[in-house]
Amino acid sequence: MLRNAFLIPLLPVISFALILFFGKRLPGKGHEIGVLFVGGAFVLSAICAAQWISRPADYLPPTGHAEAAAVEGAHAAEQASTEAATDEEHPADGEPAAEGEHEVEPIRKAEVREVVWFETGGVEIKAGTRMDGLSVMLVFVVSMISLLVHIFSTNYMHDDRRYTHFFAALSLFTAGMLVMVTSSNTLQLLFGWEMMGLCSFMLIGHWWEEKNNSDAALKAFFTTRTGDIGLLVGISILFFAAGHTFDTETINQTALSGTISSGVLVAAAAALLCAVVGKSAQFPLHTWLPDAMAGPTPVSALIHAATMVVAGVYLIARLYGVFWAGFHIGDGGINPVALIGGVTVIIAALLAFVQNDIKKVLAYSTVSQLGYMVMALGVGAWTAGIFHLFTHAFFKGLLFLGAGSVSHSVHSFDMKKGMGGLKKTMPVTFWTFLIGSVALAGVPPLAGFWSKDEILVGASGNGYPIFLVIGLIGAFMTACYMTRCVYLTFFGEFRGHGHPHESPKAITGPLVVLAGFSILAGFLNAPGIELFSKWTENTTVLAAGVAHHEFSIGLAVVGTLMGVLGIATGFAYYVRNLGPHRLTQRNQAALTGYKILENKYYLDRLYTDMVVGGLKGPVARATYWVNQNIIDGVLNGTAAVSKAVANFTYSVLDQKLVDGLVNGAGAGAEEGGSALRVLQTGRVQQYAAFLFGAVVLMGGALVLFV
Amino acid sequence: MDWFDSWALTLATFLPVVGIVVLAFVPRAQEQLIKTVALVTTIVTAAVGVGILLNFDYGAKGVLQFDPGKKTWIDAIGSNYHVGIDGISLPLLVLSMFISILCVIYSWDHFPEPHNPKAFLMLMLVLEVGMNGTFVAQDLILFFVFFELVLLPMYFMIGVWGGPNRQYASIKFFLFTLFGSALMILGFLALFFKAGNTFDIPTLIEQAGNIPHNTQLWIFGGLFMGFAIKVPMFPFHTWLPDAHTEAPTVGSVILAAVLLKLGTYGFIRIAIPILPEAAITWAPIIGGLAVVGIIYGALGCLAQKDMKRLIAFSSVAHMGFVMLGIATLTDFGINAAVFGMVAHGLITGMLFFCAGSIQERFGTRELARLGGLLVQAPKLGWILGFCAMASLGLPGLAGFWGEFPAILSAYQPAAGLSEPLFRFYMVVASVGTVFAAGYLLWMYQRTAFGTPKEEFAKEHIHDVHGPEWLAWAPMLALIFVLGVYPRFLFGVTDEAVQTVTAAFRAVGGP
Repeated sequence: MLRNAFLIPLLPVISFALILFFGKRLPGKGHEIGVLFVGGAFVLSAICAAQWISRPADYLPPTGHAEAAAVEGAHAAEQASTEAATDEEHPADGEPAAEGEHEVEPIRKAEVREVVWFETGGVEIKAGTRMDGLSVMLVFVVSMISLLVHIFSTNYMHDDRRYTHFFAALSLFTAGMLVMVTSSNTLQLLFGWEMMGLCSFMLIGHWWEEKNNSDAALKAFFTTRTGDIGLLVGISILFFAAGHTFDTETINQTALSGTISSGVLVAAAAALLCAVVGKSAQFPLHTWLPDAMAGPTPVSALIHAATMVVAGVYLIARLYGVFWAGFHIGDGGINPVALIGGVTVIIAALLAFVQNDIKKVLAYSTVSQLGYMVMALGVGAWTAGIFHLFTHAFFKGLLFLGAGSVSHSVHSFDMKKGMGGLKKTMPVTFWTFLIGSVALAGVPPLAGFWSKDEILVGASGNGYPIFLVIGLIGAFMTACYMTRCVYLTFFGEFRGHGHPHESPKAITGPLVVLAGFSILAGFLNAPGIELFSKWTENTTVLAAGVAHHEFSIGLAVVGTLMGVLGIATGFAYYVRNLGPHRLTQRNQAALTGYKILENKYYLDRLYTDMVVGGLKGPVARATYWVNQNIIDGVLNGTAAVSKAVANFTYSVLDQKLVDGLVNGAGAGAEEGGSALRVLQTGRVQQYAAFLFGAVVLMGGALVLFV
Repeated sequence: MDWFDSWALTLATFLPVVGIVVLAFVPRAQEQLIKTVALVTTIVTAAVGVGILLNFDYGAKGVLQFDPGKKTWIDAIGSNYHVGIDGISLPLLVLSMFISILCVIYSWDHFPEPHNPKAFLMLMLVLEVGMNGTFVAQDLILFFVFFELVLLPMYFMIGVWGGPNRQYASIKFFLFTLFGSALMILGFLALFFKAGNTFDIPTLIEQAGNIPHNTQLWIFGGLFMGFAIKVPMFPFHTWLPDAHTEAPTVGSVILAAVLLKLGTYGFIRIAIPILPEAAITWAPIIGGLAVVGIIYGALGCLAQKDMKRLIAFSSVAHMGFVMLGIATLTDFGINAAVFGMVAHGLITGMLFFCAGSIQERFGTRELARLGGLLVQAPKLGWILGFCAMASLGLPGLAGFWGEFPAILSAYQPAAGLSEPLFRFYMVVASVGTVFAAGYLLWMYQRTAFGTPKEEFAKEHIHDVHGPEWLAWAPMLALIFVLGVYPRFLFGVTDEAVQTVTAAFRAVGGP
């Protein structure tokens, strides 16, 4: 199955086409196709995962130390230089060898299968799949969450006006992500990446009758596409830097080998980082994600948990060699990746406090958690980063679907006006939502704790103390705003209208499954088990010499304490009403701070009103004015002048002078001319006169100089 | 098939003339017969095209094929009737034939006022002669004749069947391009005198290296004016929005799909291989104008209120990508350019079809008055969305392969060109992709999303119908197929492009 992994993205693509063309005629309006094919993709992914896990770890990739035994022929030379370079670059960069990051340990060999896609300039461009631990893990998560979202939607979207199209787009969205994570090269990765852009556009704008929704769809597309400038540029740079190839493995190994000049590497890494910032909604391009809540809730779950936004994180993880070498991640201190991630963690968590829409709380929470992932990759904690991606997918998917279940019942997303006291009426939703929240808050032994802890361990072990502190503060804030969210939704008195009720099985079923994973997924990489890190090891990470740090009980306790403290603070402030309330009414500084948060740091104002509005309005109008009045003005002006000259020529020179001299000689020409005049009332002649003059002039110039 | 080998291109070029002659004898009133004759003519011509496709030697794409040798034509100036095609001309020739059929089909019951299908279709066939001829000509004078031949029918199409401002638009189109042609022919004459008294393109490619550098620069300048106006490149583009806005739908489609390509084709076929040294000097200027065009065209789009004028401005931006690819003077870049030419032909052609059908249904193309197309005519709405996505360069659709490889190639232009400069162009062009998303999606939002405006809310708008499906389905299918499997095109052009750049490498190489 690993060899035939192309089937995994292919199934949802077929599903898309079938639903689009035949969906409306089926009894289930197309959802049966979606569930069946995505279910099929999930089964295949599970088989892949099983085969990957059972695959013997017998491949000895060349690492930072000698005796690279089983080197593949073609890569031999490159990798030999990898050794030399990594040894030179990081002879003693603070990582004690005792930690064992350089010991040669056999890993599972990635399964690569490629065909020639096309040739240009004599270079063969290949398409294919590359299945290693990272891809296998992601196809499993993506297809599973997508399947659950499909099932959830059969009920949730039941009376929707475009039920069939919704499922078609959902399938294509899944396909996009699967194309991306299975691809063996950056070009195909770009395909999946943009497919998701298209689908997010279709799904966020699903109810396009209302302008707000289509605005949100456009915003998502533009913002991510702005980041994509970086992707196009980055892929181009790496294509040439790695010797005319899009192959990710070659790119990584070449980047780590030190044969690419550091300027080029930094440029490439920075360009790719732009793409990550756009797609993974990192500061300062995170503004599209909360607006994307305009789409149906299952879409939000899919976007936040399994597709789209994690694409950026995946990009860093996949091309880690470029980031590692370009930004010297191994050196500690501070680097752009960690910085962007860290800033995002805090900035987004702050915003989550002032939201009343449950989906927006979750949206900012996602932004903040994505910040964690990016930060983890930035501080050299590769495994922690993708492990957090893995666990986050379950509990964030759960939380979004839970929010959907709630809104399905109360017909509102407003926690303050439409919810409250749902604990009793919606027990399954409540308990699963609570599990998701606790997992997100990082309370042991739920999933979020383990992955967050690993990030903290990485930050502290790799010499990134600032980001350790940020991680801890973020943990506190996460726990705190989730407490607020859970309290407002499920406790107190019901403040909405109607009679809330528990949702049907198609909705609660996926919640229960995800809750199970939110509890258990973290143990995969718990100390003593550590299967996840073994399964995901790959050649890039080994070649880079990414350090592996042991579980630290002290950090775990501190991390847990921060989470618990966050919950306690949230409880005290929001439930018990302790602490300084109504600060904003008494204190000018607090009011200003609140205003800034309420206006989302004025970033939307900057982008929408100033940048986009400016381009669309004054700049575009000015350009067009130039076009009509200057460029065209020159043209029309010369036409007018030539007309005048022609008139003069005709009426003064021709009629009076020449005609007077050679009377009657021009009669024939006159007759021919009058035929033309009928056509265009004489203007052609005048223009032509001008033209002829101009050509003679320029022709003269040509003859003189040639 | 020796017979076919020597006659195929002549047939491909002049078969429409037979149709014109037949049409001349059909009375004006017999519209059904007129339409049938025109359709049969384009189909038979395209059948020759299929024959060419089948008999093309794909093992020698870089060599001129179907070349019956030079036949004396105008002895006095040493101009010969010399035709032949290679991997670069083949796709464009086929595109031209293909679009001609679809335009006849679309016209079936879409004849704009003042109707008169006979004259309209005759002009269309004349256009086809000119277009096909330009792509097969291997002699400068022959090329020039065909290149100019397309002007007249298009002039009448705009001037007679066009919109309210057709007089101004048609004259502007005619004179502007004619002006460029005049300089181009001067360039041709200079080549003739400086490079061994011949107009034969293959011969010139071999001999023109002897021309002194300064002279080359001047000649290139003449050719540049001719081709750049046709493309059109900034700042010679102002005829285009007017021509497109006023032209009847089919006129716009042919203009966008094929006529603009005559300019870019001229660069690849004539200017660059014959004058490689001059090309190196000119390339930074061409590249600069190209990226200015990308941004400028996009900004122009954003200011538009008329849908068709918006699409017209988008052509300026898209042809900027094509010209950027050409300006890199690399295999990657020129391959991308040829791909971009075909893709732009299909996609923008489709966009103009959509705009035409919208105008026909709503009686307006004003964006402010449109809205809710997806409600009233969902299929048309989807097709418009598909084309907008293709046009903004979404991977998986044809537009991507004209855009991204052009950006890619700018990272490493040919030896002798300034890398920093072209890398700067690369970034600017990448920014252009965001702008493209901007104007296309805004256009889409305003036409397709939302609910129908009050004035049209109660009207029954019929969705895509028979002739439209027939004309569009092949184009939509091709946009998708080329997008997924670009090898169909890259596979044909690559070798021929390498021949072009090889001629150039000999001079500019390290």
